[in-house]
Amino acid sequence: MIPAGAFLALAAALFALGVLAFFVKRDLLTQFMAVEVMLNAANLAFLALAKASLKADAQAVVIFVLTVAAAEAVVGMSIILLAFRRRKTIRTDDLSGLKG
Amino acid sequence: MARELWLIPLLPALSSAVLLLLGSRLSRRWISLQACLAVLASLALSAAALVRLLGAANGAPPLSGTLFTWVASGSLSVPASLTFDPLTAVMSLVVTGVGLLIHVYSAGYMAGDRDYSRYFGLLNLFTFFMLVLVMASSIVLMFVGWEGVGLCSYLLIGFWFEKPAAARAGMKAFIVTRVGDAAFVLGMLTLVAAVGGPEFARINAAAAAGGLAPWLATLAPVLLFAGAAGKSAQVPLYVWLPDAMEGPTPVSALIHAATMVTAGVYMVARLNGLYSASAVAGPLVASVGAVTAVFAASLALVQTDIKKVLAYSTISQLGYMFIGCGVGAYGAGIFHLVTHAFFKGLLFLAAGSVIHALSGEQDIRKMGGLRRRLPRTFPAFFVAALAISGIPFLSGFFSKDAILTSAYEGGHLAVWLLGLLAAVMTAFYIFRLVFLIFFGEERTDAEVRRHIHESPPVMTVPLAVLAVLSALGGLIGLPAVFGERADLLGRFLAPVLKAAEAPPAAVEWNLILVSTTAAAGGLFLAFLFYLRYPGTPARLAARWPFLYRTLIGKYYVDEFYDAVFVRPLVRGSELVYASFDLAVIDGALNGSAAAAQAAGRGASRLQTGRIKDYALAFLLGAVLFLGFILAWKA
Repeated sequence: MIPAGAFLALAAALFALGVLAFFVKRDLLTQFMAVEVMLNAANLAFLALAKASLKADAQAVVIFVLTVAAAEAVVGMSIILLAFRRRKTIRTDDLSGLKG
Repeated sequence: MARELWLIPLLPALSSAVLLLLGSRLSRRWISLQACLAVLASLALSAAALVRLLGAANGAPPLSGTLFTWVASGSLSVPASLTFDPLTAVMSLVVTGVGLLIHVYSAGYMAGDRDYSRYFGLLNLFTFFMLVLVMASSIVLMFVGWEGVGLCSYLLIGFWFEKPAAARAGMKAFIVTRVGDAAFVLGMLTLVAAVGGPEFARINAAAAAGGLAPWLATLAPVLLFAGAAGKSAQVPLYVWLPDAMEGPTPVSALIHAATMVTAGVYMVARLNGLYSASAVAGPLVASVGAVTAVFAASLALVQTDIKKVLAYSTISQLGYMFIGCGVGAYGAGIFHLVTHAFFKGLLFLAAGSVIHALSGEQDIRKMGGLRRRLPRTFPAFFVAALAISGIPFLSGFFSKDAILTSAYEGGHLAVWLLGLLAAVMTAFYIFRLVFLIFFGEERTDAEVRRHIHESPPVMTVPLAVLAVLSALGGLIGLPAVFGERADLLGRFLAPVLKAAEAPPAAVEWNLILVSTTAAAGGLFLAFLFYLRYPGTPARLAARWPFLYRTLIGKYYVDEFYDAVFVRPLVRGSELVYASFDLAVIDGALNGSAAAAQAAGRGASRLQTGRIKDYALAFLLGAVLFLGFILAWKA
């Protein structure tokens, strides 16, 4: 049996990778994928803890996260698509219209 | 007839609402017709109420109608209630009767004005408020009418508001009467608090029965009289009335001669129980009236604007009415109010006709010789002039005589002498007008002279009706020497105003002789000065330049008020404006706005528009938060 700590370590590593990717990459699509990685890292942590505590609550949370992530993917992709159509770019450094 | 009494004031109110709200969609013909019909209906209803009143048994309570309870607060209850007793009957017939004639006249006089509907709407509104004033059964409801007519007066004086002088005159009228009204409110509140109710009947009864504390019985009528002095243009608050002549001439006739300015006299007569009960109030009213009568008449002697002469004359005649009320002859005061409404209304309307004929010229030095050019206006003006001078057997003779007789009989010799002096001056200044306008050579400008024309019938017919009333109106109040029952008005008013004691016939005849001599003397002097030896006035002015300048300067009262009240107030306001308004209030507001703006500008730097900066903030926040939780747990 694999201990829960290993899962958590993996989840933490995944999450850190996601954060790193988000800050290193400059196009919106890749950064979006980095966010997905972070979400799934969190899911993995939830599942590991659910397995360790033998409770189903955390598993339910995972289902919720998956659902929200699916919806978010739709909305996010649409926004990216529209942003590209309008500005002919998805480089986040160029999309700074909301500067105060 | 109880609640139906309300129809008398409400019909003009309804008509006014239609004219003011929908006036722009109505034809001119319809506007004047509707306005006149509304007043005619009120007149007819007043006449019907009068017939009922005459038919009622002696000692029966007056007609009254309550619509609803207006104020119910603790022990105080003010009903919206109208009363129709003999005094109200006289007043409402004058208001609607003379008012109707002036409405009709206005249809001709204002024919060329573009604000036709506003004019008639306001005239109807004025009629409504004036009727509320004279019909109210409580002093509180009367005050509603009192303020309402003041508002209409303001709006109509400033009717041609694009003329700065007219706008200023309207404001002056409003503010000066406000000074008196403040005292009026104080008097009203003291009285209502002391008596326990606002009804006139209760106030008079309580005062007559000695139910008021002595200081209160003096203070309340004096405060109320201050309000009357404002509204009825008595010394020292008369200064607004001459300026009010900036309004259209029919307005001067209706509001500033026949009706509104007599509201103060009506109020004193209505509260006769209160005024009779005080040893101070009556003589005060009579003295102010006598001083005003002479003071204003002296100013009318030298004015050169036809309407200004009539304005000072009105102030002077109102003084007469107050003499009557002050010496206890309330009936005589009301009698003079009625005849004055006839002849002064007529004088103003005839003056309007003259002004109309001369394309707006108001300076009597540029008139003259008009008696043949204005064959219908001239006799009307002449009859009114005879009536106001007190030439025997015309209306003004009887009413003025009734007042002077009462003053003499009451032992108020000084008041009587002042009244007599004012009578001489009255005959003089009014015939000065007659001679300068209608006799002598024509001094009109050549351009004006080519357009002189008599006014249309819609204007001259009201003149004719008023001329008949001015001539014969006095017959309703013959003195006792013509028979025990000759004084119809006095007997009619007796249930409300107790009749004055008639003097012995010999005294009465002598007094009549004296006042006739006074009138004839003034008339003769005017004849000498302005027809026989036309150079006399200029010679006299050169002989006593100081006196002449003082009169022309109107005793410098306006200048005095300006220096003592107006300018310090303006100066003080400017000071407060600069030091407090600008510095403190505006400073605080502008300061807080500037602070918010600066804070916003600073905070907006945080919004860089770069997603990574936001994400970094999230990350740092999350790390800090987690670190905090972990540290706290440990």
